[in-house]
Amino acid sequence: MSGYFKELISGTKSLFIGLGITGKYFFEPVVTMQYPMEHVEMTPRFRGHIELIPDEETGEPKCVVCGMCQKGCPSKCISLEGEKREGVKGKVLTKYILNFTTCSLCGQCVESCKFGAIRFSKDYNLAGPRKEDFIFDLIKRLKEKS
Amino acid sequence: MPEPFRVILFIIFVMAFAGLNAAYLVWCERKGAGHIQRRIGPKEVGPFGLLQPIADGIKLMTKQLFLPKGADPLLFMAAPLMVMVPAIMSFMVIPFSETFVAREVNIGLLMIFAFASVNVLGLLLGGWGSGNKYAVIAAARCVSQNIAYEIPMLVTTITMVMVTNTMNLNEIVRAQAGWFFHWHIFRLDISLLMPVAFLIFFVCSLAETNRAPFDMAEAESELIAGAYTEYPGMGFGVFFMGEYANIVIGCALSVILFLGGWQSPIPFHPVGFLGVIWGLFWFLTKLYALIFTVIWIRWTYPRTQFYELLNLSWKVLIPISLFNLILTALQIKIFPWL
Repeated sequence: MSGYFKELISGTKSLFIGLGITGKYFFEPVVTMQYPMEHVEMTPRFRGHIELIPDEETGEPKCVVCGMCQKGCPSKCISLEGEKREGVKGKVLTKYILNFTTCSLCGQCVESCKFGAIRFSKDYNLAGPRKEDFIFDLIKRLKEKS
Repeated sequence: MPEPFRVILFIIFVMAFAGLNAAYLVWCERKGAGHIQRRIGPKEVGPFGLLQPIADGIKLMTKQLFLPKGADPLLFMAAPLMVMVPAIMSFMVIPFSETFVAREVNIGLLMIFAFASVNVLGLLLGGWGSGNKYAVIAAARCVSQNIAYEIPMLVTTITMVMVTNTMNLNEIVRAQAGWFFHWHIFRLDISLLMPVAFLIFFVCSLAETNRAPFDMAEAESELIAGAYTEYPGMGFGVFFMGEYANIVIGCALSVILFLGGWQSPIPFHPVGFLGVIWGLFWFLTKLYALIFTVIWIRWTYPRTQFYELLNLSWKVLIPISLFNLILTALQIKIFPWL
C-alpha cells in the first residue's frame, strides 16, 4: 500500500518535471534554420567543387596553365586550355572545365597547384535535373562572381 | 432584446465560436508544437502562418467525399455529425459571463454530460461504419477508455454538485465569488483533496476528448488514424472540429467547476455592459490558459499503452475520486467546522 502512494507521488512529480522541461523549451529561441531563405555559413575546411582564385589586382585567374591539376586528377575531370598573348608574360587561361559528375573531391588538384590558383568553393546548393548542369565552366563562374 | 433575435444571435455566436476555435486551435497546436520542439511552426501562409487554417479548410473541402467499399453509408455519414453536434449543443449552457449565456438551464451540468456521452457513440459508429479493421479496433478502444474515464469524472462532478448544491453552471460560478481563494480549487475547507479533484477532472477531460496522451481513437503510429482512417475530406474535418470543440467544452467545465468561471481573482465586478466584458475576459483567459496546458501536455508526454491507460483509471483515479467524494461528504455534513 505504501508502494502505491509512493509510486503515485513520484509519478505525478515526474510528470510535472516533464512539463517543466517542455515549458522551458517553449520560451527558448528556435534552433532550426529556414533553409531556402537562410543559408548556413560553411566551415573553412568544407570541400565543395573547385573554383579559380582571381588575381587581386587584375581580377583575372591566377592560373598559369601549367596543367598540373589536370595531370594530378585521378578521375580525369579537369580539362583546361591556354594561349600565348602579346604583352602578357606566360600563358593566359582560355578554358577551364570541371566535370563534377566524376569528381570525388579528393583535392589532388588543389594540392598540386604550385601557384595557389584553385581552391575548394563553399557551394553546396548543386541539385540539378540534367547531367550538363554539373559540367562547370570555371572561368565563366569567376566572371559571374566578380 | 426580443427572444427570437437573441436565440438566433446566440446560435450564430456559438457556431462561429466553435468553428473559429477549431480552426485556430489547430494553428495554436502547430505553433505550440513547433516552439516546444524549438521550431517555428507554420509561417508561410499569411503573417505568422495565420491564414494556414483557411488553407487547410479549403484543402479539406475540395477533397472528394467517397464511401469506402463495405462501409455502412448511414452510420458512416452520421458519425462525424454525432461528434460535432453535441459539442456545439453543449456551448448553449456555458456561461461566458454572468449574463452572457444562451440559456441558463437548471441542469446544465447534467445536460453537458448527457451530450458528452453521445460523442463516444459517434466515434464508435464511425469506426464500425467504416468497415475497416483499424477503425473497429480504435472504436473498441475508445469505448472502453471512455467508460473507464467517465466514472471518475462523474464522481468528481458529483462531489462538486454536492459542494455547490446546484447543477446550474452559472450558480456554480456565483458560488465562487470574491477573492481567488474562493475558487473551488483552493477551498481546502470544503475538501482537503480539492486540487487533486481538479487534477482528476482535468485528466479525465483529456481522456474523454481523446487527447494525447490518451489519444487511443487515433493512435497514428499503431492504427493509421484510428476511427478516422476511412474518412476523406470534410468527413475528417468535421471529426476534427468536433474534437477541438470538445476540448473547449472540457476546459470550460474545468474552469467553471474549479477555477471560478467568469469570476475575477479580485473581488471587483463592474456592473452593466462593462461587467459582461470583464467576466468574458477572465473566463476566456482561464479557458485559453487551460487549453494551452492541454496542448503543452500533448507535446510533452508520449502516448500511454492501452492497459496502462485503463490501470490509471481503475486503480488510481476511481479510488481517489471515490475517497474524495466520501471525504467531502464528511467535511460538509459531519465536520462543518473543518
